[in-house]
Amino acid sequence: MLAFTLRRAIQAIGVMIAVGVIAFSMFRFAGDPVNQIVSLDTPAAEREAVRKSLGLDDPVPVQFARYFANAAQFKFGVSYQFRQPVSNLLMERMPATLELAACATVLAMVFGILMGVYSALRRDTILTKFFQAVSLIGISLPTFLIGILLIYLFSVTLGWLPSFGRGEVVRIGWWTTGLLTLSGLKALIMPSITLGLFQMTLIMRLVRAEMLEVLRTDYIRFARARGLTTRAIHFGHALKNTLVPVITVAGLQFGSVIAFAIITETVFQWPGMGLLFVQAVQNVDIPIMAAYLLMVSLIFVTINLVVDILYTVVDPRLRSTIRRPA
Amino acid sequence: MSDAVVPHRVESSPQRARPNASWLNRVLDSDIFYSFRRSRMTMVAAAVTVLFFLLAIFASQLAVQNPFDPAQLQLMNSRISPLWTAEGQSPFLLGTDEQGRDVFSAILYGLRISLVVGVLGVIFAGTLGITLGLIAGYVGGAVDGLIMRIADVQLTFPAILIALLVNGVAKSVFNNRLDAVSTLAVLVVAIGLSFWVQYARTVRGSVMVEKNKDYVAAAQLIGLPAPKIMLRHVLPNTMGPILVIATINLALAIITEATLSFLGAGMPDTMPSLGTLIRIGNNYLFAGEWWIVAFPGIALAGLILSINLLGDWLRDALNPKLR
Repeated sequence: MLAFTLRRAIQAIGVMIAVGVIAFSMFRFAGDPVNQIVSLDTPAAEREAVRKSLGLDDPVPVQFARYFANAAQFKFGVSYQFRQPVSNLLMERMPATLELAACATVLAMVFGILMGVYSALRRDTILTKFFQAVSLIGISLPTFLIGILLIYLFSVTLGWLPSFGRGEVVRIGWWTTGLLTLSGLKALIMPSITLGLFQMTLIMRLVRAEMLEVLRTDYIRFARARGLTTRAIHFGHALKNTLVPVITVAGLQFGSVIAFAIITETVFQWPGMGLLFVQAVQNVDIPIMAAYLLMVSLIFVTINLVVDILYTVVDPRLRSTIRRPA
Repeated sequence: MSDAVVPHRVESSPQRARPNASWLNRVLDSDIFYSFRRSRMTMVAAAVTVLFFLLAIFASQLAVQNPFDPAQLQLMNSRISPLWTAEGQSPFLLGTDEQGRDVFSAILYGLRISLVVGVLGVIFAGTLGITLGLIAGYVGGAVDGLIMRIADVQLTFPAILIALLVNGVAKSVFNNRLDAVSTLAVLVVAIGLSFWVQYARTVRGSVMVEKNKDYVAAAQLIGLPAPKIMLRHVLPNTMGPILVIATINLALAIITEATLSFLGAGMPDTMPSLGTLIRIGNNYLFAGEWWIVAFPGIALAGLILSINLLGDWLRDALNPKLR
């Protein structure tokens, strides 16, 4: 167990170093950082001075080491467009993205599991057909189209919900939250649905497939033979066993929810990290792009690591396979 | 799509097979065609997909104007609603936008761009993935380890993120001065680099199974060079699953391109794809001009849905376990 945890941790660090190399090369080689800072008519001598002050004349490995040391302290340089430290910009916008991603995940889990269980237990009802149609739409419609559709319905036509922004936010320390005000909650509804729909279909399909599989197993047959109530069999025995993979997938998907928030945040002008990243791509603001890549990778790698370790804690059957060297 | 899918060759059943049957007869006699005929939804999806491709190919013949030639646009014709509404005007079937562009013509031209980027992206991703997968599976050892490690790492990142990064870096390298055609090339590369992993994994899995079979040993024995064995003998036996991945990837590639264009990191306004049209139209939604965004959206959704349905059917039809 300990060896497995260690090996996974070393792998995670390896991935982070690889991503760091990519982020650094983007920062250093994709366009000249000096050109972004000086204006077109800056004399050559001054350019050299800027170059020296940024440490760009040092050997590349030294620069890489410095970039890495800075990144470890969350110093990612200065944004070309905002002239502000990138870390400040990211920290300012992180609460918005995390709140949105968390709401979307909760929404996806609750409705995904409910719909999945229902469509596994009542396989031929109209409601099941409807759920399956919804899941096909969730997979086939691009996220931004769903967002536009919701805006047209609930903002333009009905005027019920705001079409952009976070509404009023409350500041708690450095964290800003929209969960405590009515306008904040209203602003959260449509973006969460847009972001969560794809995960919801994924979870629904997974729960349905797992339920159907579990319901065929021997221990369920024995439970029926023992005369347990249908409800106890379905929810006490079957559902419990389907939840392990569901929680794993939902956990692993949290990373991609944060990445897909890029699209949702653009549609709803949600002031989060994703919107910042899109603006950075549009305006070729490399420091923000590199920093975003590092931040998101850190979140991904951490989640993967935690889920992998938790998985072995939750499911003892996996431990025997892990002991074998991979 | 799991690695477990067994490659399966289409063979007509012995009772029905006629000697010297023509190529067409073999197709009509195959299990695949039978399963195609059995599924009405698949036939509709195939028809819709073919229709979209035809519309894209004959865009310049079907359109009432070239919507991106400023000389053909008249501001007099701006903001006309679709033909069946009260203010509709012929020949603008689906209405016009702010600059007097016919929405229907814009969709035809946009469809063309979307399909070109999608198809080229899939070809690029497929070539890259198949090559790396063949090498990894056939050579094995450290090469295999390296390629698959890269694939594992990349798989943890969503394709859209990778495509956006590739796009941003390319823009930066070219100093943000890319013309429309180079942007298209950048998009193809970005999509290719985001989607190669699945091909590589699948091909590698199949190759590892195939390479221990007698026919490969026989080919090695008569002294064929490794690249020839890989391409001519091993690769054809891995084509079933590849075809399924390619179909589903086509839908994904089109979505990715549309998303990038919607985010303003894809095709420019001068050469718009469906995603660009949706981004432009989105600006007029609040003015009540819903048709500028609705019809490109419907076209995109219909295209993706029908390709997805085809892909789903192909996956089931080529998977002998499900019969």
